[in-house]
Amino acid sequence: MDHAETAVMQAPSRREIGAGVYSEKLGMWVFLGSEVLFFTVLIGSYIILRFGSPESFADPGKILNIPVTAVNTFLLICSSMTMVKAFACVQDGNQKGLKLFLVATVLIGATFVSVQVFEYLQLAHEGFLPSGYVDGSHFAELAAAGDLPAKVNIYGSTFFTMTGFHGFHVTMGVVCMVYVTIKAFQGKYTATDHRGVEVIGLYWHFVDLVWILLFTIVYLM
Amino acid sequence: MAGDKHPNYFMIFVGLAVLTGIELFIAGFSWSKTLIIVTLLALAIWKAIMVALYFMHLRYEGNRLRIFVLAPLPLTVIIVIAVLTEYVW
Repeated sequence: MDHAETAVMQAPSRREIGAGVYSEKLGMWVFLGSEVLFFTVLIGSYIILRFGSPESFADPGKILNIPVTAVNTFLLICSSMTMVKAFACVQDGNQKGLKLFLVATVLIGATFVSVQVFEYLQLAHEGFLPSGYVDGSHFAELAAAGDLPAKVNIYGSTFFTMTGFHGFHVTMGVVCMVYVTIKAFQGKYTATDHRGVEVIGLYWHFVDLVWILLFTIVYLM
Repeated sequence: MAGDKHPNYFMIFVGLAVLTGIELFIAGFSWSKTLIIVTLLALAIWKAIMVALYFMHLRYEGNRLRIFVLAPLPLTVIIVIAVLTEYVW
């Protein structure tokens, strides 16, 4: 191992110049800063459209399956818990705990995505798409009977855009987490060098944080 | 925060789960729509802050990183106000 390689593998606790953190972590925070703006635009647009055209939005409980999504929200919170426990384990040099909690995070994250896919399929089956109702569907019949708004194309497009982009982020998080988990099983992370675990953890907690806001705004309000 | 004692992550988790349960409970109340929205948003922001402070460890980071992380937030306010003007005017 040459001198340069040794320098790269400095412990994460070593303070760097500038923001005071190592470069991978700073890079992730920069990325998350751009993500804050990205999701703010989506959520802001949703709120404006919702309050600007209330006749185009149904009460969430009439179309969306809130109990299932509430369970999914709980799952994502559980995955944040397992992720942070994995980080704590690697800090303590507990390799077994690191692997266990990373695998748990991958499984729970994949379950979250699966439930979201199930939700989308169920909504499509009942006739709710980004373009609005499907002609002749269950929801179209309810709309014709006056139980739902006549048109929900704005609601459909905003709902699927926001939750879809979030689901994409979770999916990418699961893919990256699988990579980190494989490296953990190869023994690449130690108590003194666990940057990969910390950086993917920041991303994972961020998607959890965004979902906390999305769930409240899209499903409960 | 290497070398520090770990926060009680389980209690943070329980707090997040309980606040989510409270949100679901409040969403079913027959209060005025505005009161429900404000309460739900306050609870959601509280949960988001808990995740950022404890799970993302911002509470244990230095001030320079905290300032760096908070920097985009005024921009989000500008974005929301800019979009609001489309609706208001």
